Amino acid sequence: MIVLEKRPSPSKLWTALTPILAVIATMIAGSIMFAILGKDPFEAIRTIFWDPLFSEQFAAFSRPQLLVKATPLILIAIGLSIGFRAGVWNIGAEGQYIMGAVFGAAVGLAFYPLESVFIYPLMVIAGAIGGFLWAMIPGILRVKFHTNEILVSLLLVYVAEFILASVSLGLLRNPDGAGFPGSRNLKEYASAFNGELLVNTGIHWGTIAAMIAVIFAYILFARHTMGFHLRLAGEAPKAAQFAGVKPGYLVLFCFAVSGAFAGLAGLFEVSGPAGQINIDFNVGYGFTAIIVAFLGRLNPIGILLAGLLMALTYIGGELASFMLGIPDAAIQAFQGMLLFFLLAVDVLSNYRFRLRKVEAA
Amino acid sequence: MDFSAISPSLLIASLMVASTPILLAALGELVVEKAGVLNLGVEGMMIMGAICGFATAVETGSPALGFIVGAIGAAALSLIFAILTQYLMSNQVATGLALTLFGLGFSSLIGQGYVGIRPPAVAKLDLGPLSEIPFAGTAFFKHDLMVYLTIGLCLAIWFTLTRTRLGLTIRALGENHDAAHALGYKVITMRIFAILFGGACAGLGGAYLSLIRVPQWTEGMTAGAGWIALAIVVFGSWRPLRVLLGAYLFGGFTVLQLNLQAAGLAIPVEYLSMSPYIITILVLVFMSAPRSGSKKSKPLSAPACLGRSFYNSN
Repeated sequence: MIVLEKRPSPSKLWTALTPILAVIATMIAGSIMFAILGKDPFEAIRTIFWDPLFSEQFAAFSRPQLLVKATPLILIAIGLSIGFRAGVWNIGAEGQYIMGAVFGAAVGLAFYPLESVFIYPLMVIAGAIGGFLWAMIPGILRVKFHTNEILVSLLLVYVAEFILASVSLGLLRNPDGAGFPGSRNLKEYASAFNGELLVNTGIHWGTIAAMIAVIFAYILFARHTMGFHLRLAGEAPKAAQFAGVKPGYLVLFCFAVSGAFAGLAGLFEVSGPAGQINIDFNVGYGFTAIIVAFLGRLNPIGILLAGLLMALTYIGGELASFMLGIPDAAIQAFQGMLLFFLLAVDVLSNYRFRLRKVEAA
Repeated sequence: MDFSAISPSLLIASLMVASTPILLAALGELVVEKAGVLNLGVEGMMIMGAICGFATAVETGSPALGFIVGAIGAAALSLIFAILTQYLMSNQVATGLALTLFGLGFSSLIGQGYVGIRPPAVAKLDLGPLSEIPFAGTAFFKHDLMVYLTIGLCLAIWFTLTRTRLGLTIRALGENHDAAHALGYKVITMRIFAILFGGACAGLGGAYLSLIRVPQWTEGMTAGAGWIALAIVVFGSWRPLRVLLGAYLFGGFTVLQLNLQAAGLAIPVEYLSMSPYIITILVLVFMSAPRSGSKKSKPLSAPACLGRSFYNSN
């Protein structure tokens, strides 16, 4: 009989190998799914993973898109990983992303048509504050009232979506927009536009912020006492209590940071690639970032690589739906499968398989 | 603003119909959590049930078969969750979220060809003289079979959990799985059955949405109903009859705000639409807050082993 035996300490080899194994398993399962859909599995996998980077036809267009899609994923995922490591589950990143975009765009549009170099920094601060405030709701409710933060942060996502719809049709609606919903397009407002910094690379201010976030998280966990406390609270809560870690403070810190990062991601998206506040502004980055965080094993460098991989599946998915007629929903199922396989092979880093004789009672 | 257009008996009737999918999902999740497993994938299982039920009903013309296949489809999805969390001991929160994301994507995939199609109609029960009673007749006795079956399920779960040996065993698993294992109960097997039951109930709830409540198929049509069901389990302190109350309360708010919108209340539509979610949050806060004078930091009667993986170390 095959049994699981706990390892004395987590295996470093398997911790590094599991994401690769999971990706390979997902490719196999995904190709079975595509075959059932009636598409050639090898062509589908090649279109999703290889073509966006190396094909002569598309790569020049899709390579810059990679960083555009990866930036919000990495930024949000870094914030989430800080919380997940400590056992603080901020699932409402999508709502914080929306609120950051709304706050930031509101500040930017309040100054229209003034042109000044100070407007964009103010928008960035507003975006961070928006996400921070929205994340503080589940944070404070957990600390003060022991309310489950998963449910509160999730329900607030739906509330945020309604607020987004409300401001797109009301407060932030473009007066010159012929009655259509949606705010003024920030691409036409130079002081508020987050354009490409280097032509054809897709790098914008958000990408810089994401890089800084990766470095911040790395230093936090590797060198700072707070990072140690976070890891301790996640892995051994009783030991953390003995070490004097204040649990409420930790929870608030995690929500503050992840909320601010998600809000920043929203701001950089709305002032850059998306351009305007509209009812369909949010595309699910907040939820995909959860997958990115786990795929990166909650480690900053891992999240950087995982974010790039997820962006590849987004771009590849768009290419596949364009070239092969594979529906967009297939890519969402694909990403969900990736998380499943990752969680499944994760057992190998903490346990090993052994053959045991069945014992007599 | 025309409040006279809102009829109380119709309000109650539509409240019962609106609450049924959430109640079904919440009852299933109640059993799962009583057994000690936190399954956050209710949203994914509900929408799988919705599309499986819808597709089957459209293809075969039989709504009853649709409900059965909806339950089986959602249970099959929950089997993945069961294997991952019980055999491979993965983190229950992350696996539940993965289930939701995968369920949402996979159901959209299956549902590609079914948007805009009307499913076969489900008949309302004719209860004869009971339906003729002036107020109560419209409010309580003119529904389809599923509404009554759901209330029956609620009572059955209450009876099983509190009065039978099986229920006692399930509760034991949730409170202390090591002790239950020492007593000889098969922890993992029973938990897997509980998870499958929860999946089937969520699937029934989803199928009810797509076959009776709406009735149509749209991508993402559950719109957070699964999360509300999870909140209602907490609201009901893991007791079936209180879960019934919570589901009817939430259903009531959803239906009330729709009626207020129709009556022309001068609050923007979006704020009325978000009120059920905000009410749910407020109720959660109220239920979770430490009572004055209580020294316990966790006053909720959550099963003690909720969310913890069981590792059989012999």
